[in-house]
Amino acid sequence: MRITINGTPQDSSAATLAQALAEAGLTGRIATALNGSFVPATLRETTPLRDGDAIEALAPMQGG
Amino acid sequence: MPVFYGTTVDSALMLGTAGYPSPKVLADAFARSGAGVATVSLRRESGGGQDFWALIQSLGVTLLPNTAGCHTAREAVTTARMAREVFGTDWIKLEVVGNTDTLQPDLFGLVEAARILSAEGFKVFPYCTEDLVVCERLLEAGCQVLMPWGAPIGSGLGLNNPHGLRALRAAFPDVALVVDAGIGLPSHAAAAMEMGFDAVLLNSAVARAGDPAAMAGAMAAAIRAGREACLADPMERTDMAVPSTPVIGRAFL
Repeated sequence: MRITINGTPQDSSAATLAQALAEAGLTGRIATALNGSFVPATLRETTPLRDGDAIEALAPMQGG
Repeated sequence: MPVFYGTTVDSALMLGTAGYPSPKVLADAFARSGAGVATVSLRRESGGGQDFWALIQSLGVTLLPNTAGCHTAREAVTTARMAREVFGTDWIKLEVVGNTDTLQPDLFGLVEAARILSAEGFKVFPYCTEDLVVCERLLEAGCQVLMPWGAPIGSGLGLNNPHGLRALRAAFPDVALVVDAGIGLPSHAAAAMEMGFDAVLLNSAVARAGDPAAMAGAMAAAIRAGREACLADPMERTDMAVPSTPVIGRAFL
């Protein structure tokens, strides 16, 4: 299955959003979106992934 | 001191966290500024996010996440929802970019996003222009704070339309008003406070100064002076001279 994480396409066998984040080593204080919609941390374990899904994993950053 | 959504903030200076030469310079600038609020953002995690989180935790300030870089209401709403979870606050500086050259806000998208987010319980700080009608719409959408620009973000031009900003203050005497963006010098910040604005939000003027900590101190002093001047009820301006030395008793020479 091909998915995109933070703009980078990659092969993945992850069944859920939580598994994909673990595979990519994305831990700590992050927020996630799947295909442009926010997915709360509490729903990552139960959010299934499909071929072509795009994940965004965002972290705190400097801002004005 | 400014009150935002019922919360009193210790300082009328709100300071951004972007563009400093190093984390230490950022921390020193915040210490000198006495700022009560720090703006932050969300970006794709590429390794630095967790260290930055630790740094801003140590500043002891209230966090105001932004939706910088969003070009549609939908993007801004999603970013706000993500920011609420990451930063643990329902405060959001709402930015919907309308023009890439001036970074001026898309006011239509801004009102749309403000309505959605206010309904979801967010406390929205909209980055807007000084347009009176748009500001009315933002208040109707649920905003209790308005943040009109002084000038384009990062330009350092100061207050481009002082008449418009003064009119906004007069139109909404009970709404918390913040001049956000365009400040380059302490005199710009002081001018906004003299007009009766509740606070000033700035970033580049400090971060891009040769000595950010010293500039942060200068901004804090200017904002205090401007606020005190406003409370002191400045004199009326006149176009003609008015002698300050008494005319009566003048010698006849």
